[in-house]
Amino acid sequence: MIRTISELEQFRSNLSAKKDSARPCVVVCTGASCQALGATGVIGALRKELEKHRLANAVDIKEAGCLGFCNRGPLAVVHPGELCYLGLTPDDAPEIVSQTLKGKLVERLTYFDSATGKNIPHLPDIPFYKAQTRILSGNNAKISPWSIDDYISSGGYSALAKAFSMTPEAVLSEIKKSNLRGRGGGGFPTGRKWETARNAAEPTKYVIVNAHEGEPAAFMDRSILTGNPHSVLEGLIIGAYAISASRGFIYIRHDSLRLSDIVANAVQQARDYGFLGENILSSGFDFKLELHKDIGIFVSGESSALMTAIEGRVPEPRPKYIRTSVSGIWGKPSNLNNVETWANVPLIINKGAEWYASIGTEGSKGTKLISLSGNITNAGVIEVPLGTSLRDIVYRIGGGVDNGKKLKAVHIGGPLGGSIPDKLLDTPLDFDELSKIGAPMGAGGITVMDESICMVDMAKYFLDFLSGESCGKCVPCREGLKQMRKILDKIIKGKGSEQDLKLLLEIAEVTRDASLCALGRTATNPVLSTLRYFKNEYEAHINEKRCLGGGHHQVTKE
Amino acid sequence: MSNEVLLTIDGNEVKACEGMTLFEAARNAGINIPTLCHHDKLEPYGVCRICTVEIESRGRKSLVAACIYPVENNLVVNTRSEKVVRIRKMLLELMLAYAPESKALQQLAQEYGISQTRFEKEPSFCILCGLCVRYCMEVEKKNALMFIGSGDKREVAFVPQIASQECQSCKRCFALCPTQALQANFVLTQALISRRDPDST
Repeated sequence: MIRTISELEQFRSNLSAKKDSARPCVVVCTGASCQALGATGVIGALRKELEKHRLANAVDIKEAGCLGFCNRGPLAVVHPGELCYLGLTPDDAPEIVSQTLKGKLVERLTYFDSATGKNIPHLPDIPFYKAQTRILSGNNAKISPWSIDDYISSGGYSALAKAFSMTPEAVLSEIKKSNLRGRGGGGFPTGRKWETARNAAEPTKYVIVNAHEGEPAAFMDRSILTGNPHSVLEGLIIGAYAISASRGFIYIRHDSLRLSDIVANAVQQARDYGFLGENILSSGFDFKLELHKDIGIFVSGESSALMTAIEGRVPEPRPKYIRTSVSGIWGKPSNLNNVETWANVPLIINKGAEWYASIGTEGSKGTKLISLSGNITNAGVIEVPLGTSLRDIVYRIGGGVDNGKKLKAVHIGGPLGGSIPDKLLDTPLDFDELSKIGAPMGAGGITVMDESICMVDMAKYFLDFLSGESCGKCVPCREGLKQMRKILDKIIKGKGSEQDLKLLLEIAEVTRDASLCALGRTATNPVLSTLRYFKNEYEAHINEKRCLGGGHHQVTKE
Repeated sequence: MSNEVLLTIDGNEVKACEGMTLFEAARNAGINIPTLCHHDKLEPYGVCRICTVEIESRGRKSLVAACIYPVENNLVVNTRSEKVVRIRKMLLELMLAYAPESKALQQLAQEYGISQTRFEKEPSFCILCGLCVRYCMEVEKKNALMFIGSGDKREVAFVPQIASQECQSCKRCFALCPTQALQANFVLTQALISRRDPDST
């Protein structure tokens, strides 16, 4: 149990005194994708190899969280030197161990840069990483998500200590000055949300981490929580202090087993160390935190639905025009932020709002984690300063389309986002700029599509997803999505007419304008954006009975 | 004594009390806003969206559900703007596809000049207004009815264990149904219950 700020600093210096920085360490990524690709087998083989040669004390093996280069895993980073090995198999273990002990490189496992024809051994030099700014995700390669000591030795919980030396008002004002905006989709100013909850008359207040992340092709929050869970906890405790909330919840889907194990472990460690509970670090501030695991459908991630679920009721958005930061869980002021939003908080407190606001654009500050997927050479979870152009994300980091085909569209923001054509790729990653072009950033999923993708089919994919994931409570969302799906199906099969196209737009506008919650109001984005930028594809199906994609489906000819 | 609020509805200056909804304020002023899911005895639910109205507040226009939106001073409300009528017409068409026989729907459709729906008719005899479910929960406090399924799989169902005990002597929710669907649904469920368990009544 760490009781005071000076005990924390003493503990931190003891940890670094114990650390032997000269000892080689193989950090293996155990993110979801690397695990699926066989990281566990690689780790087992490495440990076996070390045991065989009685070297267990000579080389450390660290199981780290997500390192981001997902389609090139399992990947490992070897220290000293930050050497990056990709696409590992258990058979590579003997060579990695023997060469690492000699301080040598296994060149065949390093990144091959086709542009220069050379191998790039050091992780920071690989173009995929070089063009990123990993202020939130960079520590993933240094710490084990299971170890609070790792987090503390890399500076963890120093922001909490600093916050306790400030007044709650000063902490709030720092967050307001940073211009941090919510990363869950809405982009609402975090400081203003906190202020509303803080100023609400009711003294019992709650803070919530929304770790639902229910959309397809989005793994930013998973990457943070399974890579550096304490960064989220620290941000949450700081937020609770600023808002004056004494109780918090972390909402997790029931099917994220590894994630919930890691978070549960982190919460227990934080309790044991005294960062949760009563009189934290002798500040006089008390804070209790619990995990809420739920059978969540997509709409459960909507803030009022999520709070209804925490109350123990069916997760449906509530029909009220009162902010949850004024009246949320059990009618108490409840401040909900997304995982990534909370993870930004310790950085802002430690380095100051001015530093934070120096990253990004006028209206969108800081960095953003992006799940980059689809027909792209380098897929994974990346982190870039807001304001980075979509073109840089797709080409400099993503390496462009992976199969020699032409790029047709980039879809931003998942099922509630929009698709844009190649000519708009110079748009910066910015909450307001992306909304203007009909492709709101959402939580940060970017899917690249080549010329073989049928955009009508793509829009239908998202509608299929949404009509099952909507709660079905209000008419425009439930019935509107259903009828739009039917029309898209008709068009895809070559049975659509110009009138169907007109009707599609009519339904989409009503669903957008009249739905009860944000799901229905934004569910039409895939349809509206494809009607805006790819109308020719709809027309080709209708008028020429032809699909402009690569023949994923047959268009019936009369 | 709650505070008085002054607002404008369809060009008329309307006095209301703080805490009232736009729907209530309009009705007190003799302005009728249509609804299919609202009932005075029940908590506002806001799902049929037929009561959508256009409001203007601090220079910003938006569309809100009148049955849940609270009155505000100086609010300008338009209950029949072009956008509002467009929304109501579409919602009516969408609902007519699955409850074409509903008198309540037919009446509104006539009022809004809709002779028929452009959507394929798939009668399910239920528009999911939830009046029965909410009445049973809020007034009778029996919870014999519930919604099951999500998205377009949503439907109203009786909870057999409760329904077999409570419904026979009550049936007060029947009168609320705008589509007469409830009766059919109940009869069906009852049949299922008695088939499974011949001893239950």
